Amino acid sequence: MVENIRLAFQGIWGHKLRSVLTMLGIIIGIAAIITIVSTIKGTNEQIKENLIGAGNNVVTVQLNQGGYSYDMSWNDIPQGVRRITEETRQELEAIDGVEKVSLYHSRNYAEGIFYLNTQFNGEIYGIDRYYLNVYGLQVKYGRGFTASDYTDFRKVALVDENTVTTLFGGESPVGQPIELQGDVFTVVGVVALSEEFAPTIQSINDYWLYADRSSGRIYLPDAVWPTAYRFDEPQNVAIKVENTDVMASAGQAAADLLTEKQIVDTNGDFDYRSQDMLEQAQQLQSMSESTNAQLIWIAGISLLVGGIGVMNIMLVSVTERTGEIGLKKAIGAKKKRILLQFLTEAAVLTSLGGIIGVISGIGLAQLISAMMQIPVAIDVTAIAISVVFSTLIGVVFGLLPATQAANLNPIDALRRD
Amino acid sequence: MPILKLTDICKDYQQGREPVRVLKNVNLTVERGDYLAIMGPSGSGKTTLMNIIGCLDVPTSGSYELDGRDLKNLSDDALAEIRNKHIGFVFQSFHLMPKLDARDNVALPLLYADVPLKERRVRAEEALKAVGLEERMDFFPNQLSGGQCQRIAIARAMVGKPDLLLADEPTGALDTKSGNQIMEIFRRLSEEGMTIIMITHEPSIAACADKTYHILDGELRTETEEPKEAGHED
Ligand SMILES: Nc1ncnc2c1ncn2[C@@H]1O[C@H](COP(=O)(O)OP(=O)(O)OP(=O)(O)O)[C@@H](O)[C@H]1O
Ligand SMILES: [Mg+2]
Repeated sequence: MVENIRLAFQGIWGHKLRSVLTMLGIIIGIAAIITIVSTIKGTNEQIKENLIGAGNNVVTVQLNQGGYSYDMSWNDIPQGVRRITEETRQELEAIDGVEKVSLYHSRNYAEGIFYLNTQFNGEIYGIDRYYLNVYGLQVKYGRGFTASDYTDFRKVALVDENTVTTLFGGESPVGQPIELQGDVFTVVGVVALSEEFAPTIQSINDYWLYADRSSGRIYLPDAVWPTAYRFDEPQNVAIKVENTDVMASAGQAAADLLTEKQIVDTNGDFDYRSQDMLEQAQQLQSMSESTNAQLIWIAGISLLVGGIGVMNIMLVSVTERTGEIGLKKAIGAKKKRILLQFLTEAAVLTSLGGIIGVISGIGLAQLISAMMQIPVAIDVTAIAISVVFSTLIGVVFGLLPATQAANLNPIDALRRD
Repeated sequence: MPILKLTDICKDYQQGREPVRVLKNVNLTVERGDYLAIMGPSGSGKTTLMNIIGCLDVPTSGSYELDGRDLKNLSDDALAEIRNKHIGFVFQSFHLMPKLDARDNVALPLLYADVPLKERRVRAEEALKAVGLEERMDFFPNQLSGGQCQRIAIARAMVGKPDLLLADEPTGALDTKSGNQIMEIFRRLSEEGMTIIMITHEPSIAACADKTYHILDGELRTETEEPKEAGHED
C-alpha cells in the first residue's frame, strides 16, 4: 500500500500539468464548499456571540404578561405570581444541561442613585450569591459579597468598571458611599468579566441598549433589594448552561417549569419566557444556511464533474500504460494488485485535489472576510469531511479504469508496444 | 520427472469467422537443466508457444504439466502466481519500467511475491551483480544501453529463483557484441543448472543452446527430424 501511494505520487509528479488540470474540478468544488461552510459558520458564530454573549452560555428567563416582559420599573407587584424559592432554584439546576441558576432583581433604568452630586443612570441589580459565578464576573479589587452581607442585610454594593469611569471619575470606589433611593450604600468591590468579550450581551435589553447605555452596573445583595425597591418582587432567572446548543432547550424547560409552579392565578395572563434572542439568532442562521445550501449544491456538481474528469484521465492513463500493466501481470502481479494500484492513484489524485481545495478554500474565506467584513470560522469537521469525500470520489470514479486495467490480457498488453 | 511436458497442445485463434490453428499438436518434454532453442520463420507460432509455456496464455486443447502439476482450469490469479514463482521472462524489447531504476526494476517480481523491502533490495543487488551491473544499480533504463537493459531484464527474470527461464528473441534488438554477452550469461546460468528455453531467428544464437527445435507452420520438430512438408507454406 505504501508502495502504491509512493508510485501514485511518482505518477502524479511525472505529469504535473495533467494532474493539476485533472484535479481542478475537485479543487474548485472543495474550495467552494470550504469557503461557504466557513462563512456560514463565521456568520452564525457572530450572530450567536452578539446575541447571547460568547463564552457566557447564559440564558435568562423572565416573567411575561401577554407576551411582553413584565418590567418592575413601571408595573405593580403582579398578582398571583409567587416568589421563586430556593427549592425551585435547585429544581431548575437539575434540568439537563444546566450548570448553575441565579435569581436576581433588576432595573434597566435606575433612578435616584448618586455619588456626591453625580447621578448614575445605568442598571441596577439585586443579586443572589450565584450571580457572579453564572455571568463569569470576578472581583477585580475590593471584595465580593460575603454570607454575612446577606444575613445581616448590609447596605453594600459592587460596581462594574464602567461605573468606576462614569460615576467615580476613574478613582477607586471601594469604601465610597453612594446614595440609593435615599439610603446610603457602601461600595465594597469592583467586578469585571473574567474573560474579555466585547460586546458582551447579557440580556435582550443589553442588546438594544448596548451602544448608548454603557454607563455601568451596580449590584446589591438581593437581601437588601426591598429597602431600596419593593418587597415581593418576582425574580428574574439567569441560567448558565453547559453549551450554546442546549441553551434553547434548557431555557424552554426552565420557563415551562416556572410557569407551572409560580403562577397561581392564571387570570393575569402571566407566564415565564426564556429570552428569545436565541430563537432570533437561529432564524437568522437558518436564513444564511438555506441560501448557502444552494451554493453547496453547485459545489457538489463541480465535484461530480471533477470526478468524471478524473475517470477520463485514468482511462487514458490505463491505455497509455498497457505495456506496463502487461509486464506487471506477466511477472506475477495479481488482479487485485493492479486494481489497487490504479484505485490508489485515483484516490491520491483526488485527495491531493481535496487538500489543495481545502487550503485554497481557507485562503479564499479569509480573503472574503478581510474584504467584506464577513466573519469566517474554519470548520474542522468540514475539512475532514471534504478530504475524506474527495478520496471517496477518487475511489468511485477510479473503479472503472482500475477494473479495466486489472482485466487486461497480459499478452495483448505486451504485444501492443 | 521432466520440468515441463506438453502433450498434443493446440492453439486456435479466431480470425474473422473461422478459427485459425496456430499450434498443431505440439509435444515437448523438457528436463531440468535443459537449454534449448526454438527457431522458426515469422508467424510460425513461436511466441504463441512461448506464451503457453509461460502461462500467459492457455491452450485450446492438449495438456500442460509444469513440474508434475497439470495446469488445467487455473484462475488468472493462480497463473499469475505460477509465473511469479516458477518462470522468468526475457523479452525482445526488454519491457523495463522507465520510471524505476535498475535496482527497483529487478526487485519488482519480489514485490508481487510479498518479499519485504529490505530483502527485495538485497536480492535485486545480488541479481544485478550476477549479470555484471553492480555499477549501474541506480541508473534508469534510458541511461543504459540496450545490452545493459537486457541484462537488467535477465536479472529481473532470475531474481525470484525460477525453475524456468523463457526468452523470446532476447538478442533480437541487440548488436552482435551485446548479443554475445547475453549468450555468455545464458551459458553460465545453464551450467549452474537453470532450465532455459530461448526463441531466436539467428542460427548463431541457436547454436549456443544444447538442443534446437524448429517450428514451422505451428508444428514442432527437433533438428534431427526432417521437415516432412517443407515448402508447403504459402
Ligand atoms: N491474438 C491473436 N489473434 C489472432 N491471431 C493471432 C493472435 N496472436 C497471434 N496470432 C497469429 O498466430 C500466428 C503466430 O503468431 P506468433 O506471434 O506466435 O508468431 P512468431 O512465430 O512469434 O512470429 P515472430 O517471429 O514474427 O515473432 C500469426 O499468424 C499471428 O497472426
Ligand atoms: Mg514472436
